Amino acid sequence: MEERKMTCIMCPRGCLMTAKIENGEMLSLEGNTCKRGYEYAYNEIHHPVRTLTTTVRTEGGRIAAVKSSVPVPKKLQFEIMKQINALRPSDDIVFGQTLIQNVCSTGSDIIVTSD
Amino acid sequence: MSLKTINTDILIIGGGPAGLSAAVSAYEAGARDMLIVEREETLGGILKQCIHSGFGLHRFGEELTGPEYAHIYISKIEEYGIPFMLDTMITELKPDKTATAVNSADGIFEIKAGAVILAMGCRERSRGALSIAGSRPSGIYTAGTAQKYVNLLGYMPGKEIVILGSGDIGLIMARRMTLEGANVKLCCDILPVPSGLPRNVEQCLNDFDIPLRLSCTVSKIHGKDRLAGVTLVDVDESLSPVPGSEEYVSCDTLLLSCGLIPENELSRGAGVIIDSKTGGPVTDENLQTVVEGIFACGNVHHVHGLVDDVSIQADIAGRAAALYVGA
Repeated sequence: MEERKMTCIMCPRGCLMTAKIENGEMLSLEGNTCKRGYEYAYNEIHHPVRTLTTTVRTEGGRIAAVKSSVPVPKKLQFEIMKQINALRPSDDIVFGQTLIQNVCSTGSDIIVTSD
Repeated sequence: MSLKTINTDILIIGGGPAGLSAAVSAYEAGARDMLIVEREETLGGILKQCIHSGFGLHRFGEELTGPEYAHIYISKIEEYGIPFMLDTMITELKPDKTATAVNSADGIFEIKAGAVILAMGCRERSRGALSIAGSRPSGIYTAGTAQKYVNLLGYMPGKEIVILGSGDIGLIMARRMTLEGANVKLCCDILPVPSGLPRNVEQCLNDFDIPLRLSCTVSKIHGKDRLAGVTLVDVDESLSPVPGSEEYVSCDTLLLSCGLIPENELSRGAGVIIDSKTGGPVTDENLQTVVEGIFACGNVHHVHGLVDDVSIQADIAGRAAALYVGA
């Protein structure tokens, strides 16, 4: 059995947590103060995910902020960045609009977050 | 020649998170005659360039990006029909709550207010304020300036990055520039503990294997036209350089994330007393300064860690200002 210490990133509190892990499975967790922490630690051990935020450049050169609608696998962040940076959406994109559906088969959409 | 004069019950100086939240709460407390004056071309303040997520958990119970957080307030401002002037700078505020303003359409004009809410936010500590020795090449930016270049203007300020100071904006920019293809070599901080949130050390540095060197600072800047590198030096417990620990690191860009300073030039001119510890106005529990009818909230009052807390504080100032003008 191994122990893994981690800092929770789910809120500004940043709980220091210790997970007990055996054969890649999380057995128990200490130090979290809410269930979001448990969820984070579980994901971190089994399949780490992050919310990806970046920008796109429109055809006319406007810069718009975008994000992944749900967290994406950590290891796919650079691959998704490539796809987003290759986009040239029209200038009339609006807040909340989906630019890529199911990006890299992650189940997450890339949506516009700026006005 | 007398200046054109605008009269308003409540003048809100700054259209960032504090000003927007104060305006919304003043409206909800019954005030109708008010004016937000914002010097940039859109409302939202620093939230516009904080495209990362992590805002709003306390305030709205969900995790939002900066522009999304601003969107909620801007939608309220539009729904309520609260007037605002953009591209307009207040250059002076007098104790009688008369402000001098300027923009390119109206020139110089006066705003006479019944109450004033100071919501000018803060600015970053610059290289000059840090007194770093060496030459004066290009390639040295405060982290927030770099953030504006990357997230709002779409320019990358450099390729090989060193970050001085482990403030949250510097940490956020370490991740942002890494995702955009830059090589962030390290982040150093003169203090023995990081000044940013633990979550940002984790997700912005550790996620990308960017080293964090504590008790270490930049002692010299090298380069003629463009930054060529920096000298790092370890410091002891009294923050004095440790002789012999100097190390040269080549880089074309240095980001500074070394603290924020409330922006109180206008407040001082109005006779507001500034607390030497917070750098912001001394206020009572209603956030009224020593000048009757002048209120302060957000980062101009003291530098907040979270925008959620700015909104909560600004609500109090907005309600108090509405009550003051008899709304």
